[in-house]
Amino acid sequence: MRWAMRRLLYLVWLVAFGLGLWGIAERLLFGHRLAAYGSYVVWGLWVAIYIYMSGLSAGAFLLSSLVYVFRLERLERVGKLALFVALIALLGGLLAIWFDLGRMERFYRVYTSPNFQSMMAWMIWLYTAYFVVLLAEAYFALRPDLVRWSRDPNRSPGQRTLARWLTLGRASLAPEVLERERRVLQVLATVGVPLAVAFSGGVGALFATVSGKLYWHQSIVPILFLTGAVVSGGGVLTGLAAFAWPHRDAEHRELVALLGRMLLLLVVGYVLLEWAEFSIPLWYGTSPEGHLVRLALFGPYWWVFWIVHVGLGTVLPVLLLVLRPKDPRAVGWAGLLVAATFVSVRLNVVIPAQVEPALRGLEQAFTGPRLVFHYFPTTHEWLVASFVVATTAALLWLGARFLPLMETEVAR
Amino acid sequence: MWALTVLEGQRAPAEAASGAAGAALPKEREGEDVLLRMQRDLQRALRKPAHLRRWAMVIDLRKCVGCSACTIACVAENKLPPGVVYRPVVDEEIGTYPHVTRRFIPRPCMQCDNPPCVPVCPVNATYKRADGIVAVNYDQCIGCRYCIVACPYNARTFDAGEYYTDGTPERSAVEKTPSFEYGKRWTREHEASPVGNARKCHFCVHRVERGVLPECVTSCIGRATYFGDAADPDALVSELMHRPNAVRLKEELGTKPRVYYLL
Repeated sequence: MRWAMRRLLYLVWLVAFGLGLWGIAERLLFGHRLAAYGSYVVWGLWVAIYIYMSGLSAGAFLLSSLVYVFRLERLERVGKLALFVALIALLGGLLAIWFDLGRMERFYRVYTSPNFQSMMAWMIWLYTAYFVVLLAEAYFALRPDLVRWSRDPNRSPGQRTLARWLTLGRASLAPEVLERERRVLQVLATVGVPLAVAFSGGVGALFATVSGKLYWHQSIVPILFLTGAVVSGGGVLTGLAAFAWPHRDAEHRELVALLGRMLLLLVVGYVLLEWAEFSIPLWYGTSPEGHLVRLALFGPYWWVFWIVHVGLGTVLPVLLLVLRPKDPRAVGWAGLLVAATFVSVRLNVVIPAQVEPALRGLEQAFTGPRLVFHYFPTTHEWLVASFVVATTAALLWLGARFLPLMETEVAR
Repeated sequence: MWALTVLEGQRAPAEAASGAAGAALPKEREGEDVLLRMQRDLQRALRKPAHLRRWAMVIDLRKCVGCSACTIACVAENKLPPGVVYRPVVDEEIGTYPHVTRRFIPRPCMQCDNPPCVPVCPVNATYKRADGIVAVNYDQCIGCRYCIVACPYNARTFDAGEYYTDGTPERSAVEKTPSFEYGKRWTREHEASPVGNARKCHFCVHRVERGVLPECVTSCIGRATYFGDAADPDALVSELMHRPNAVRLKEELGTKPRVYYLL
């Protein structure tokens, strides 16, 4: 059964990646011509995927800080996995936003000529700093196990060689070296926390500071982004810990149950914030952005909110977490559901704000396929998204297979 | 001969005509075309140093008939591709049938004095010029489109690289013709900028700086659009923008537009 399941997953990945490559070829050959975003709805699926994945990264990182900053020992075993998920999710998100750029080849200008008045420039510099810290932290967190793997005759030659390369030539396992590295790790993790908070909140602020879009221009938006980041990061971590763990023992069940309880708390917390986000503009029915909230909740894409987000991403996981809190499979599914459906929340941030003409009647003015106030991604956009997701999944799988991410032996 | 070079797209019309534009205009006469007065205002402004000019536009909504000639003239002047428009005429239907009327609001870029689109640019590709124009440096823009979402007037659009003759056997000659925005030559060939960039109305600075009024002003059949130097108290725009019936769009946002509407 497991064998058949595995085969099926490989097949699904192969199809997703193959279709994704087709999408990338289209993107490189035809530019933006095959996409549905245009001049009025300018940000679409890829931007939503970017904020989804970068949030997931910050969330997983912040959870890893429970281990590396706050020394929560019961979670110690997922620390390295969380760091690796954070690293890969950020890369996936950046891949998505790179394809979205009008001129991909000029991306480096955000470093060579930044404008620090721009919230986007802040976000970019913050995630760059965050990326560097993350990379260094992952190195120090993994190095002792990499050294052990490189010497372990039970590992395949490939795993041993890769492990040796990744140690960057530092092979010492002397207690004083490990102690020093643990301190470095703690410092890095401590520096990373404000960076991750600022970066994921900054992505929210990128939207919230746009005063012309009332749907975004709410002070709760950066807070929602930060909380959403931790929710989705917690979801993916719970799912991976439940299903990708090498051993299925009592300790594993306890770890997953703990992650499940944290996830339940996070999801419920997010629902509370979301209630604040939507109930306030809707309450008296006279808010200037109320009709956009109504559009997101009850418009043609109502199902994105009610079925994907509320049904599959909130109610079902909460039921699983409440009714089967000790069953690693149920908790794992809850985690995966929360993480996978969270992209719907991101879509409901990005799109509705853009579908309203700045001036009534603009939709009747000079029109054309790109001068419209509605949006649904084209096949091309889904294909590129498929490439991003398949690449991210492959990197996660490769990491789980070739890196000591879930070693029970801890560096300390 | 110059007409031929213009038709072949080798020179900007304003550039080719600059000799004529610099020539002396007829003396002021009662009942003359208002374009002549604005032309004189323009010549006067151009004799000043650039940083002392403050370009502004006034649009008389009572005169606008919604013909969209300005929109199309602008498309032709700047060789705008599909999906890019600098000056649509907003067509608002008011009331319910049979008691219906329409209101037309031509909407160029407001060239705000406090532009929300400028500080958001992560790479300093868009900026406010000394003369008040909000410009885009196509060679610098990375195409993130943050400025487009930040504009509260939807006045910026995205060049996705399309052509009106996509899917036909031959690219039309017009679409191969370069545009001369910001006084430079832009061909869009081989996906070159401004493809992939944010684009917007720039009050036709490439024409204005050669003494020619913006295309939307000269093409307006009802003479509903006025242009000139707001820093010149004798200019027609200065007269009009200080009238009590002059309003600006979304003043509450504090953007300080340089486009005034006469109600």
